[in-house]
Amino acid sequence: MKTKILIFIFLIPMGMSAQRLSKKEITKFQVLGNCEMCKMRIEKAALSVKGVKYAKWDIPSNQLTLIYNLNKSNLIDIHNSIAAIGHDTDMKLAPSEVYNELPICCLYIRKK
Amino acid sequence: MFCVNLAFCQDSISGKIVFKEGEETIPAEGASIYWLGTNQGTISDSLGDFELRESSNSKKLIISYIGFKNDTLIISSFKKFVHFIERSEQNNLDEVSVYERRKSSKLSFTNTQNTIFVDANELLKAACCNLSESFETNPAIDVNFSDALTGTKQINMLGLKSPYILISEENIPMIRGASQAYGLTFTPGTWVESIQISKGSGSVVNGFESIVGQINTELRKPFTDNPLYLNLYGSKNGRMELNTHLNKIISDKWSSGLYIHVNKRNQRIDNNLDGFLDLPLSDQINLLNRFQYTDSEKGWLLFFNWRFLNDQKQTGQVSFNPDIDKNSSMVWGSEIKTNRWDTAFKVGYVFPESPYQSFGLQTAYSIHDQNAYYGIRNYNILHESLYVNVLYSSIFNNTNNKFRTGLNITTDNYTENVDNEDIFRSDKNIGAFIEWNHNELDNLSWTAGLRIDNHNNMGTFLTPRIHFRYEYKNNTVIRFSSGSGRKAGNVFAENQSIFGTNRRIIINPDNGPFYGLLPEIAWNHGISYSRNFNIFNKNANIVVDYFKTNFVNQVIVDYEQEGRIMFYNLDGKSSANSFQITFDISPLPQLEIKTAYKNDKVKIDYLSGYKQKQLVPEHRYFINLSWNSLVNNKNQQWKYDFTMHYVGKQRLVANSNIPNGGYSQSYFIANSQFTRVFSDKFEVYIGFENLGDFRQKDLIIDWTYPFTSNFDTSQVWGPVFGRMLYSGIRYKI
Repeated sequence: MKTKILIFIFLIPMGMSAQRLSKKEITKFQVLGNCEMCKMRIEKAALSVKGVKYAKWDIPSNQLTLIYNLNKSNLIDIHNSIAAIGHDTDMKLAPSEVYNELPICCLYIRKK
Repeated sequence: MFCVNLAFCQDSISGKIVFKEGEETIPAEGASIYWLGTNQGTISDSLGDFELRESSNSKKLIISYIGFKNDTLIISSFKKFVHFIERSEQNNLDEVSVYERRKSSKLSFTNTQNTIFVDANELLKAACCNLSESFETNPAIDVNFSDALTGTKQINMLGLKSPYILISEENIPMIRGASQAYGLTFTPGTWVESIQISKGSGSVVNGFESIVGQINTELRKPFTDNPLYLNLYGSKNGRMELNTHLNKIISDKWSSGLYIHVNKRNQRIDNNLDGFLDLPLSDQINLLNRFQYTDSEKGWLLFFNWRFLNDQKQTGQVSFNPDIDKNSSMVWGSEIKTNRWDTAFKVGYVFPESPYQSFGLQTAYSIHDQNAYYGIRNYNILHESLYVNVLYSSIFNNTNNKFRTGLNITTDNYTENVDNEDIFRSDKNIGAFIEWNHNELDNLSWTAGLRIDNHNNMGTFLTPRIHFRYEYKNNTVIRFSSGSGRKAGNVFAENQSIFGTNRRIIINPDNGPFYGLLPEIAWNHGISYSRNFNIFNKNANIVVDYFKTNFVNQVIVDYEQEGRIMFYNLDGKSSANSFQITFDISPLPQLEIKTAYKNDKVKIDYLSGYKQKQLVPEHRYFINLSWNSLVNNKNQQWKYDFTMHYVGKQRLVANSNIPNGGYSQSYFIANSQFTRVFSDKFEVYIGFENLGDFRQKDLIIDWTYPFTSNFDTSQVWGPVFGRMLYSGIRYKI
């Protein structure tokens, strides 16, 4: 009985994650920003889109690496979500009024 | 921006000075900002922020920063602004020496758990030489003297001794069982790359044994350590040390390191004239060989280590000669001989297609063999230990929800010989755990862990632990933690200083599995508040925390009656309440000051009543100053470090010197160290330990009659050795 419980606890999460690994897509694109605060904001915005599993934004290169489920999410939704909080991506520009309200350290130099 | 004081906000301006470095925006720390033609000005802080009162004489603001063009701004509104400065072209950047000071010990701001990260630079500040001494510049851990014989230092966290701390090396539990008494002195300081100190109930991943916290050390890695490192050390108390690291990168994936430590003391010193050596004669050889395989493309990381230690100590009366006087009842002496083998094998695999998913296997096997006699008493222990941990980590849904799960198997065989009586015990445990970390990235995160264990001597039990962190306004963090822990009380191995007494050892058995005693079980709850702020534009940090450890059962070590030492199960209450406040500030860019006050109320229901635990001071103060000069263009630098501890009075048990018990003196102990860095290859350091030369008087009770029943070397509350000068060199390529 004890061993059964142990095996049960150990195996549940393995099985759960195995199911969800299907139809994964890895992609990279540019998101403008400056600092640690931007990193937190951009990753949070990307992860808030359903189906996004992983988001890492690199400060020096401004590149966002994403892993998401093709069945559940659309790439343009992710661009929209990030632009909506003030960070320009290479597909979608943030509204000026949102950009103007960014935390002071996140006021990156806009390209367009 | 928030304006708390409206009147002040109205007539001052604030802003931020930044510059571009590639794509990144970097705050300009220490830029000067002043009104043209006046002496009213300020300096930007580490975030580039400044605040300056309006001037009636000028509306033109000058911004100047070394290596950058001066700018003049005309201020017409008091709206907060961001100003980008540009590099000036005349200055060649290579000639400007950039000063960067990173804190070498700090409380993590972003970690869910209350964890202090200590890096190798902090370890250099301590006089010497091994893990037990490396905490002297850190207020989270108290360093005490364990006895008057061996010079061993013993650590406390939250008012409780090291057996209640899970001490691991690269996440494999290390200082346990037989190595509890001297194990910290078996890891040379130079081998250590970093230390993580977690206060409160820790993670469930490494076992159920941590009660007040966890200390993990990371050793140097062959792949990143210097090809050659050499450290020589000598001190006025006769200790000499040699540390050598040799690292070789064999191929782009394989590397290997050989680490050699030797120490020796052969001078007989008895400054307090009690006829006993103040510090033992000692000899240690310590070898570590490790192999590292890294394939970052395919996601594999592999370590294999083996390690051998031989440690010999001789202590007791100055004239003691082991060849003649061993087991005699004329001259009191003691020898402690230890051999230890360690091997560890670790594999880690990160799935290249999904970097949030990984698999790990950790295995370790060790044999610890100690033979010791103390006068006419003896204590031998052979401890064989096997540890296997299988670990899988991944995510639920997305990386805001991570989990780690796995199994551990531990086997410990103890063969002890106590005053010529054999005792054998075998502990076998299998456990499964899961730990879920939820992180909303901006302000809220928590970790919840649960493990279930089946132990041959403790049965089946659950161990829950939770941690909660909340951040607001980007500068304040509140943490809360709660959890349980339990362990077997290895009464002899953990309390070896009892053999340096002639007290009779009495165990009151209670049908328990460990020497007739029950397992020790406790709950730990903690709350902490941490805030970063600026005073006079200087960075400062304040941390207040309070931890409470309540024992459900504990093995009480009772010295209260003269002539005997008793071990028994707790009947009643036992708790340790630890309050700490630390305040750190950098008043100058090169100077850092850390201060702390600590209050430990450790109270136990002894057979003789409810009392503060003996030899635990209720009050402690701590201050550390650390100054580094600027590094010049030849990479030369001065470093200075000063630490002072105030240790409050400690309760003493009744003995023939103080028949009614009482309290020890309170005292100060100060250490300081100078380092001259001659180049990036070579440095020399010199320092003093115990600058004030304070020593405990009447260190050994009844030292004149070491074979009578009142003789006791374990009642130590202060420094054994007086002021001590030491010096050393470090060379690396």
